[in-house]
Amino acid sequence: MSTHSSRLAARMMVAPSVVLLLIWMIVPLAMTLYYSFRFYRLLSPDRTNWVGFNNYLWFFNSPDFWLALFNTLALVGGVLFITVVLGTLIALLIDQPIKGQGFLRILVIAPFFVMPPVAASIWENLFMHPQNGLFAAVAQGFGAQPILFLEQYPMWSIIGIVSWEWLPFATLILLTALQSLSSEQLEAAEMDGASPFARFRYIILPHMTRAITVVILIQTIFLLGIFGEIFTTTQGGPGSASTTLPYMIFKQAIAAKDIGRAAAGGIIAVILANIVAYFLMRGLGRNLEN
Amino acid sequence: MARALSPRRLLITTVAAWTVALIIFFPVLWMILTSFKTEASAVAMPPEFLSADWTLENYTEVWSRSDYPRFFWNSVVISVGSTLLGLLIAIPAAWAMAFVPGKKTKDLLMWMLSTKMMPAVAVMIPLYLLFQQLGLIDTKIGLVIALMLMNLPIIIWMLYTYFKEIPGEILEASRMDGATLWGEIIYVLTPMALPGIASTMLLNIILAWNEAFWTIVLTTTKAAPLSAFIASFSAPQGLFYAKLSAASAMAILPILILGWFSQKQLVRGLTFGAVK
Repeated sequence: MSTHSSRLAARMMVAPSVVLLLIWMIVPLAMTLYYSFRFYRLLSPDRTNWVGFNNYLWFFNSPDFWLALFNTLALVGGVLFITVVLGTLIALLIDQPIKGQGFLRILVIAPFFVMPPVAASIWENLFMHPQNGLFAAVAQGFGAQPILFLEQYPMWSIIGIVSWEWLPFATLILLTALQSLSSEQLEAAEMDGASPFARFRYIILPHMTRAITVVILIQTIFLLGIFGEIFTTTQGGPGSASTTLPYMIFKQAIAAKDIGRAAAGGIIAVILANIVAYFLMRGLGRNLEN
Repeated sequence: MARALSPRRLLITTVAAWTVALIIFFPVLWMILTSFKTEASAVAMPPEFLSADWTLENYTEVWSRSDYPRFFWNSVVISVGSTLLGLLIAIPAAWAMAFVPGKKTKDLLMWMLSTKMMPAVAVMIPLYLLFQQLGLIDTKIGLVIALMLMNLPIIIWMLYTYFKEIPGEILEASRMDGATLWGEIIYVLTPMALPGIASTMLLNIILAWNEAFWTIVLTTTKAAPLSAFIASFSAPQGLFYAKLSAASAMAILPILILGWFSQKQLVRGLTFGAVK
């Protein structure tokens, strides 16, 4: 029933968003691609020329790059694993008919609203600090040496901090899915003598597949770009021990002022994101089809 | 799925659930407690709880430092400004896609979402240089534009899923009654769309307030919001724990309160309507 004129009006209404997003994404991406093949350092602005794949080769030949790649995947994989497993368990727990459920949800969701630099700063200073942190106090209480979290286990510490931030999101979504499950089915299974594990495995888990898929997809988008937490705590160190790909690119651009190399890193990050997205959609896409 | 449990099991479950919830919330609670202690009490070993020196001084001191209110104000302007500008551009687009869908509407929506997949670092340099050319580095208007564009796909998607639920028959009925296009939008559509627009607004203010990449990259001092300020605040060997905690508490409290009101919409919004 839409007439020709209403179609035209609709196009005019969508156009600004499309044009703006094109400018926001495609133009900078094209420029990044261009810079990635150029010699371009802010410290020697007079010399600019084509260098072919040299900027890319610098990355592939740098041991830091492979470490950063590993760290990036470890961060995404580690946080996904922790938040989905713990999120499922906590959602199952909160879903029970307990007193004060509403207030409980408020407590559990809180970390999600804490901005990344504050979350990182709380953990760094108030908990993980080797002299004044709460963990150090606990270790002293047991007569043990305080653990040097950010110095000795920087990646594990960052995975822990980011998991704390994203656990509420996973829990809340899994809880929402759980609450739409009818209790009759479960009661029937219980009558038939199904064990709690069997009920979880054959009734609850299949019902939650879609929600788990959504949690993994959305979190991956955000986790691939984690930046503020590393910037606030370790600055990628000690050495390069907690440098992820985004942080390595940031260091090339801001500290080394090497635009060409940073741009090549950016293109590598885009390719990595596409590979991850491809496997995610292949592996999980089926779950999302209605 | 809530079902009846035996009293004993219910007690165990309740205690377990509350313990878990308190553990998750504890870091925020500890930060708030620390913000009310004196600096000496904040770093005391073993940690002080009941015996601590309580004070409100950290808050008054942080607030009276000439630059803190500015960071706070920048956060307000940038998060609210980018959200309102985003709504202005997204509402017509989402409206058109929901009520006059074409063959390519689904593809267009997926493309918009895919721009969120693009790592920000990949486009950081050109955007930085472009912003520099345009004189937008370290300006509030620059950050308003950047964060608006960053969240535009989410705003459009959220509005689209809300608008989709408004039945088309109502529009047809109002048209039969002789409503003009503008009358239709103002008197029929707007009242029905308002709750959706409100929750979209809330969620995007939260996302913009907490954003900590573009705010760090695109600002230095003048236009820096709280996220950039806290990120570069390093306490030399635990000297300013209480003040850092007070500054942090003030930075997250407005959003924590907004967030508690919008937790239901959050699930819907951030999953693009895939989980209800």
